[in-house]
Amino acid sequence: MGKITIDRNACKGCGLCAINCPEKLIIIDESMNVRGVHPAKFTETDPEKCKGCKMCAIMCPEVCIEVYK
Amino acid sequence: MKKVFERPASLRAVPTHYCSGCGHSIVHRLVCEVIDELGIREDVIAVCPVGCAVIAYEYWDFDCSEAPHGRTPCVATGIKRVHPDKVVFSYQGDGDLAAIGTAEIIHTANRGENITVFFINNGVYGMTNGQMAPTTLIGQKTSTSIHGRDITRDGYPMKMSELLSQLPGAKYIERVSVDNPANVLKTRAAIKKALKCQMEGKGFSLVEILSPCPTYWGLSPKDACRRIEDEMSKAFPLGVIKDA
Ligand SMILES: Cc1ncc(C[n+]2csc(CCOP(=O)(O)OP(=O)(O)O)c2C)c(N)n1
Ligand code: SF4
Ligand code: SF4
Ligand code: SF4
Ligand SMILES: [Mg+2]
Repeated sequence: MGKITIDRNACKGCGLCAINCPEKLIIIDESMNVRGVHPAKFTETDPEKCKGCKMCAIMCPEVCIEVYK
Repeated sequence: MKKVFERPASLRAVPTHYCSGCGHSIVHRLVCEVIDELGIREDVIAVCPVGCAVIAYEYWDFDCSEAPHGRTPCVATGIKRVHPDKVVFSYQGDGDLAAIGTAEIIHTANRGENITVFFINNGVYGMTNGQMAPTTLIGQKTSTSIHGRDITRDGYPMKMSELLSQLPGAKYIERVSVDNPANVLKTRAAIKKALKCQMEGKGFSLVEILSPCPTYWGLSPKDACRRIEDEMSKAFPLGVIKDA
């Protein structure tokens, strides 16, 4: 069981976290952040699927993801 | 639940100027992770380049210097010779290392200077709007090869790591990439091995990192990573090139 937090306003919306999450738990949000980009958002529907595997954070160029396990 | 991933202490908590999906930012973080793990934050001195990483010192919270384009290995040589107890690394792009700084990197490696080089190969001059570099792939379109790199006019993609590995002074050279989590972890391991090579006094070490430049490849960050796997790592094979 794991959990992540995403610093929404630090995110540049590259999507590298989303494509590398093995559980596909990260989506690109429809609303914009302060940078004017669509940021990554952790799932609200099935957060319990997160394994705390860190794949998302390992890829994040902006270091906006923290992982808990 | 326990926190298992956070920003490394030696990476400042400020936004970077890098484009979305740029490999430089991933490598910056990895360098900090390794420095923190090795406990050498007070002992390390970085030499930052001209190129997109020109203000890396704004992000790295340890001692940094700056050098003219292509000359980081020379400045690193001087610092290391005066401070042999410090861990000195040069951070360079491919325009920096493989074009304007070709002579400097070759002679630094040939002298077997006990420094480490992190060589960010993104196949273009990112900072100046994506011109062709010596590392640009055959057929790749850039702002100075608008119909694609043509070997009869522009020569071949230059494999700097293989060239440098011919020099006896070079002790450890590996090519890695940051296009997926497994490769990012391999890059981290290579950065650590290279710094340890220096700390053990073995001599010149270099890690070449194939790194996405989504902006001047004209690709999304996702497709830029895919291009590294499908095209770039075919022309620049990954792996240890020298471990003497
Ligand atoms: C002596 C000198 N010549 C040319 C330039 C212009 N210039 C700045 S960055 C750059 C190329 C940078 O490309 P690279 O080293 O590949 O770094 P990247 O931006 O791709 O990371 C050039 C030619 C300069 N600043 N100084
Ligand atoms: S820690 Fe792993 S499972 Fe959880 S969101 Fe990140 S990549 Fe997905
Ligand atoms: S990898 Fe980081 S910067 Fe990119 S979309 Fe995910 S959280 Fe945002
Ligand atoms: S131009 Fe390329 S190398 Fe420079 S910051 Fe943007 S993506 Fe990175
Ligand atoms: Mg470059």
